[in-house]
Amino acid sequence: MAKSLGPVKRKFSPWADPSAVPFIRFENITKRFGTFTAVDNLTLDIYEREFFSLLGPSGCGKTTLMRMLAGFEEPTEGRILLQGKDISGVPPYRRPTNMMFQSYALFPHMTVEKNVAFGLEQDNLPKGEVAARVEEMLKLVKLEQFAKRKPNQLSGGQRQRVALARSLAKRPKVLLLDEPLGALDKKLREETQFELMDLQTKLGLTFLIVTHDQEEAMTVSDRIAVMDKGLIMQVATPAEIYEAPNSRYVADFIGDINILEGTVTSTDSALGMPGSVRIDCDGIAVSVEQECQAVKGDKVAFAVRPEKVRISPDQPADISANAVYGEVWDIGYLGDFSVFLVKLADGRVVRAAQANVSRLVDRPITFGDMVWLTWPLDAGLVLTR
Amino acid sequence: MKSSRFDATVLTLGFAFLYIPIIILVVYSFNASKLVTVWGGFSLQWYRTMWSNQGLMDAAWVTARVGVISATIGTVLGTLAALALVRFTRFHGRMLFSGMIYAPLVMPEVITGLSLLLLFVAVGIDRGFWTVVIAHTTFTMCYVAIVVQSRLLTFDLSLEEAALDLGCPPVKTFFKITLPLIFPAVIAGWMLAFTLSLDDLVIASFTTGPGATTLPIKIYSQVRLGVTPEINAICTILIGLVTIGVIIASISTKQTEMRRIRDEHVAARGTT
Repeated sequence: MAKSLGPVKRKFSPWADPSAVPFIRFENITKRFGTFTAVDNLTLDIYEREFFSLLGPSGCGKTTLMRMLAGFEEPTEGRILLQGKDISGVPPYRRPTNMMFQSYALFPHMTVEKNVAFGLEQDNLPKGEVAARVEEMLKLVKLEQFAKRKPNQLSGGQRQRVALARSLAKRPKVLLLDEPLGALDKKLREETQFELMDLQTKLGLTFLIVTHDQEEAMTVSDRIAVMDKGLIMQVATPAEIYEAPNSRYVADFIGDINILEGTVTSTDSALGMPGSVRIDCDGIAVSVEQECQAVKGDKVAFAVRPEKVRISPDQPADISANAVYGEVWDIGYLGDFSVFLVKLADGRVVRAAQANVSRLVDRPITFGDMVWLTWPLDAGLVLTR
Repeated sequence: MKSSRFDATVLTLGFAFLYIPIIILVVYSFNASKLVTVWGGFSLQWYRTMWSNQGLMDAAWVTARVGVISATIGTVLGTLAALALVRFTRFHGRMLFSGMIYAPLVMPEVITGLSLLLLFVAVGIDRGFWTVVIAHTTFTMCYVAIVVQSRLLTFDLSLEEAALDLGCPPVKTFFKITLPLIFPAVIAGWMLAFTLSLDDLVIASFTTGPGATTLPIKIYSQVRLGVTPEINAICTILIGLVTIGVIIASISTKQTEMRRIRDEHVAARGTT
């Protein structure tokens, strides 16, 4: 990619450095349960201090992959390297990873304090040290005054923080988080996402998170692996995943997108720009500025995000490409954004999102209006997979 | 209104059917007369003579020891069986093993007793105290296995995984996490096993030998010679013990429930 894609969370990209040694390496991992293949010959590198997300629908194998790293499942084939060492056959209680469970798995018969101390006590640390570390951890998650409570005397958010403190207490090399925020309500979830990122930076640990919530993955991660049916579809930064998905699956899975199937008509520089691709999407002429493997006659998909589609009642100057005309069929008002569903003459629906930048609009677009949808050359992309 | 009167009648008849025999037994244990069917005024004399009836007291002591020992062994074995059945879902012969755990529950006691008797004779063990203990262990462990199994089915496995993940080896995890959490079910299993051992007549009479007469055997053999008020007295004590047990159990269940509700209120407030 010549142009940089979107904002970067921080300057951190060991994956782009060919000399960097991966911290965790899944090497040709296959996991079968009977005849079902949960993970299919998968190879993945994760770097030290990375906040890495495994994202996918349920049953895509993301949890199985994490459980193999924790030691609860053994790979059927392949091996897992942690700091270059093969950890196959090492039982979970001897692995330098700790996991935060989806259900939190707090020990109900122990106080908050005892829960956090549990892992430290297994290492036979002196009592004073255990107490000091527990105090430090509870302070970290702001639960000092709840030390003597039992888990069932805490709210959901507090339980989540106890689980986090417990899994961090042993200072694991890798912290595994299985749907860590799934049980929290939206507001609390957003707050906690930022707390997690903050913690990860502060402690300098490697975090591996499993989630089906794409917003969560986008917010917290350095890189995301989008999974489907035991395979990795794409591994990239959140911005790349969003702006440059490599396949129809990833494009459709992440965010909202218009996908138009079509055929490549030319890949010349007819528009005066290098690498331009022209596609005929059943009557809609599309022109894209993109370096692309596709050649004339290829069946491809054109994808464009709704927020990159402009909507206007006025006919644009140039309607030879990247412009469609249709009727406003439905409007989704989201507060910050309005999503317009525009029905074309042939029945296809194209979505356009518009930020509601001012409270009052002179001539608002409403149901039944005939509108033009346009997008610039670099707004969409050609998907060959 | 008609239907509610019908309900009341059915309820009364049902309870009467269940409890009148027991009430008669209890009432006649306080009878001053030696005749079981004639009321001769209130007296506690049978409770006094009961204590001095050495045969009855010996039998009670045997029963208590058999009950405690067999219930304890049965609880350990039954808990292990339940763990195996719940945890190892895919081992060879699981269905068979599972069925074999349930079989003794529906097996006629006469057959269980007889087969154990044949076993002891074949192996050449002298029948007595320990043969009764073994016999009771074999049939009570099945009940324990079922009680514990039903608790384990709702046990959140991620709790054990969390312990393993935090560096606790499997055996230690069992004693520090699993056992404390399933302990109420284990205790309930023990109580059930003890009660079953306490009131078993058939299996005990097949497997017992000289010097190991349990209370039910003693009572049964005495009754054949005629019901004495002493028997009524010891039965009343047994009923009393069981009743106290049930009351304690239900009170503690109630308290656990109330504590849970209170905890949830505290949690809902979310503050100190």
